[in-house]
Amino acid sequence: MTSFLRSVAAEFAKVFTTRLWWILALVLFCYIGLLAGGLGALFAGIQTGVISPDTVNTGGGAATAFGSLPPLVYSFASSVGYVFPVLLGALATTGEFRHQTLTPTFLATPRRGVVLGAKTVTLVVIGAGLGIVALAASVGIGGAVLSAFGVDALLLDSQTWLLAARTLLAMGLWAAIGVGLGVLVPNQVASIVIVLAFTQFVEPLLRLASSFLEITAKIGNFLPGSASDALVGASVFAVANAATVAPLDWWQGGLVLLGYALVATVIGYAASWKKDVT
Amino acid sequence: MPTGAVIEFTNISKRFGGIAAVNDLSFTVEPGRVTGFLGPNGAGKTTSLRILLGLVGATSGTATFGGVRYRDLPNPLTTVGAALEAASFHPGRTARSHLGVYAIAAGIPRTRVLAVLAQVGLAAHAAQRVGGYSLGMRQRLGLAYALLGNPGVLVLDEPINGLDPEGIRWIRGFLRDMAAEGRTVLVSSHLLSEVQQSVDDVVIIARGELVHRGPLSSLDTDAAPQTIVDSPDRDALAAALTAAGITFSIGRTGLLAATSDAALLGHLAFTAGVELSVLHRQKSGLEDSFLALVGGSHTL
Repeated sequence: MTSFLRSVAAEFAKVFTTRLWWILALVLFCYIGLLAGGLGALFAGIQTGVISPDTVNTGGGAATAFGSLPPLVYSFASSVGYVFPVLLGALATTGEFRHQTLTPTFLATPRRGVVLGAKTVTLVVIGAGLGIVALAASVGIGGAVLSAFGVDALLLDSQTWLLAARTLLAMGLWAAIGVGLGVLVPNQVASIVIVLAFTQFVEPLLRLASSFLEITAKIGNFLPGSASDALVGASVFAVANAATVAPLDWWQGGLVLLGYALVATVIGYAASWKKDVT
Repeated sequence: MPTGAVIEFTNISKRFGGIAAVNDLSFTVEPGRVTGFLGPNGAGKTTSLRILLGLVGATSGTATFGGVRYRDLPNPLTTVGAALEAASFHPGRTARSHLGVYAIAAGIPRTRVLAVLAQVGLAAHAAQRVGGYSLGMRQRLGLAYALLGNPGVLVLDEPINGLDPEGIRWIRGFLRDMAAEGRTVLVSSHLLSEVQQSVDDVVIIARGELVHRGPLSSLDTDAAPQTIVDSPDRDALAAALTAAGITFSIGRTGLLAATSDAALLGHLAFTAGVELSVLHRQKSGLEDSFLALVGGSHTL
């Protein structure tokens, strides 16, 4: 157990002794702040009639389709920001292969399962930390913009805080998925390409395509992004896609994400982590 | 003072695909001595060391420190220090934080980090990012990692590669000091000349197999003893040798007599009244013995 705790402490030190974590956190904050602020203003403007629906050419009738705005705007933290913990997790593992730091790591801690477990625990915590950064942007900036338009930001609403808590859980799980992907695809460049291509292009298309039929929509619920949105409880994608099937329950979404993380990590452990370090 | 453990390779074999990288390798390395682990590039040195350290799994056989496998050592960095290649660093980390990470992982006090950086002469560069280090500085940082836990056993793979002459002089003294303190020191090299001033014992492998082990002096033998002898009057000398029944051939610098007994030749010349201009034994050097061994042309 002490060797596990030491490994966790060492994994934290690895992340915080390079620059990547704060660069990602900074970009995440700006990105989510811009989206939550900008789209929050647009949605609130439309909903409150400050912006005429005709101006934004929504075809009319969409003015009230957003439902409650604060959860939608706040959920940008995870629905858009989830790629950041995945990247951090994947870079934390692939970096060990790329810089050959598995050698000193395994010399200090020869139990490789202990190291991978410690890395996962560490990245879950740091992923949740990125969740705090993302929420600071979406709730802080988005909430301020909503208030400016006279929309109740629901900052004292328990549902808002539940959403925030589930966002932290989702971001932590996404980081664990990143760690799993990193051992599954140890090539750093390939790993980054997969993360970006899947999260920014493949999965949104799949979610859109699967939403047209009931049967495919049920399957689409199990895509990691859908599961994450179900866990958090709100997403801009749920508004954008014609919802024909109810999303998973929040806890089901969490289990699906956990499943992806576990499967990737266990297969990756066997495929690369416990192999010869040459 | 840390005490060294005996390193023991027992019937280690490793196959990569169908190719045997190491084949039935057995030898021991004693504390208090510097042992050179020698062989040409590709002989299986690095693979053997990585098996010893649990980084590569042996196909068969065991490698232990005082009878314990690396992965079973309670806190390996305090028993064994290893420096394998010069590039095991994240370039964005400083030397101090690089060592700090592994000090945390092994539960070693953080004060050791600056102590070992000072020991290898990197104290002034402790806060510098490793990405800017020269090859020689990286070698020293690798050594600093090996020393972190003040271990009784040091396993160093090609530590002299990339060092400047001052660095080479330094590491030779360093290896001698470590062994003098009672530590076990195993140092690999593909060049005997690189380590022959530092090592007590040699273990030589070629094509994955042990070809020679023993004290360094065991390499210092005459494979084909010859003595070079010459005279201003070479014909008279040749006649004297022939009369004494000593066979010889004519070489570039004189006659190559097939004997290691220079005194006998001197005596023959003296009694025959022949003036000598050259008389010395031709020794085959350590390097020649080493090359002959790894070339496989003969065994000692």
